[in-house]
Amino acid sequence: MALATTSLQRRGSDLSSAQYQRGLLQASSGAVSLPTFQETLDGHGIGLLSPLSTEILQVNLGKMCNQACKHCHVDAGPDRTEIMSAVTMQHCLDAIDKGSFRTVDLTGGAPEMNPDFRWFVDELVCRGVNVMVRCNLTIIVANPKYHDLPTYYAQRNVHVVSSLPFYDASFTDRQRGGGVFDDSIKALRMLNDVGYGRAESGLILDLVYNPIGALLPGPQASLETEFKRNLADKYGVVFNNLHCITNMPISRFLEYLVNAGKYDSYMQTLVNAFNPSATHGVMCRSTISVGYDGQLYDCDFNQMLEMPVLCGSAHISQLNVPELNARTIATDRHCFGCTAGAGSSCGGQLT
Amino acid sequence: MNTYYDPADLGKFGNISQMQPELAEKFFDWYGAVFAEGALSQREKSLIALAVAHAVQCPYCIDAYTTDSLQKGASEQMMMEAVHVAAAIRGGASLVHGVQMMNKINDVTM
Repeated sequence: MALATTSLQRRGSDLSSAQYQRGLLQASSGAVSLPTFQETLDGHGIGLLSPLSTEILQVNLGKMCNQACKHCHVDAGPDRTEIMSAVTMQHCLDAIDKGSFRTVDLTGGAPEMNPDFRWFVDELVCRGVNVMVRCNLTIIVANPKYHDLPTYYAQRNVHVVSSLPFYDASFTDRQRGGGVFDDSIKALRMLNDVGYGRAESGLILDLVYNPIGALLPGPQASLETEFKRNLADKYGVVFNNLHCITNMPISRFLEYLVNAGKYDSYMQTLVNAFNPSATHGVMCRSTISVGYDGQLYDCDFNQMLEMPVLCGSAHISQLNVPELNARTIATDRHCFGCTAGAGSSCGGQLT
Repeated sequence: MNTYYDPADLGKFGNISQMQPELAEKFFDWYGAVFAEGALSQREKSLIALAVAHAVQCPYCIDAYTTDSLQKGASEQMMMEAVHVAAAIRGGASLVHGVQMMNKINDVTM
């Protein structure tokens, strides 16, 4: 498998700094001046964004990954070493014991590469929460020690959510690296073999689609139909739901936009497609995102831009649910990504 | 402007209503209905539009329906096959008139 790129950090890029990225997003655009996200909310009478609940705890187990996708908003890759410690995982478990979280969404990087991953999953399963893992598929075939992941997940009824930007190799490999599509198909067959994606098993396998460039995703329902038809006909692969996620102008996708001269037009596209009804279901209103170091954020995107929750207890070891529920959600221009068109969140289209 | 086509003009398509709003409204309503999901899927309609765009060689339509086909989940292979369909019909339309030419040859010769 050939990497699509290397991390911004490894290359010493200015964009590896969250502060630099925030500066770029906040600067007035060259050709046309963009409104701020808050100005747009105010213009629609929505005001400040506030939480609806704290149902989902999304835990980033680290930036280490076997892949280095061109559009990665985490700037993850094999050269990243930042991972969550067992001590911080224990803080997450303690928070779950006293919090209101019903779902724990494990992400990375490749979360499975964290050496304490299976211990953490077992502890979560014991607590009866829904466990969701964002598995990049290729990790399953990357090394013999990961080959049993489908069985491991099936035995614990873990909800598997996997990125597959297209149902053919050309677009997939261009974004995720050479050979990624073939390895992903192998992994999907292994997941199907243990029952994932099959109606009778109750084991859920969802796929995540994101556009292959500076485009908004099309309608989720029709894309799901295309994915199901093509994957079943050509590869005999089945899955449950397709989630469409808009590419966020953060880290390596931001780098692509800037280098391709598409930053201004993409931001304008997001702003023009602002959909007020999508602001109701955005994930920041029901999720708390935990960084590998235990810092709390409104979402994974704010995490990558290092914009922590706007309240006193901003570390998982100090979780204070009433305080979190009373906070204002931190926003900036990247938030136009989640409110464009049909809306976008880690669970897919919003409207 | 030193060219007949400006990519920015695509975004101004709606401005045609400034000079004749009633007809423009009928056109855009009908246009929207044509591309809605029906007996044909939105992806199939987008690929037909892409093929026709090449047949009529409209740069605006090629821009618009390349993007739209990608958004509707068409693959590169599907899109290029659609262009070949347009090209085959254009080529065939010329060649089939060869029969008319042959008829005329027969008509005017001994």
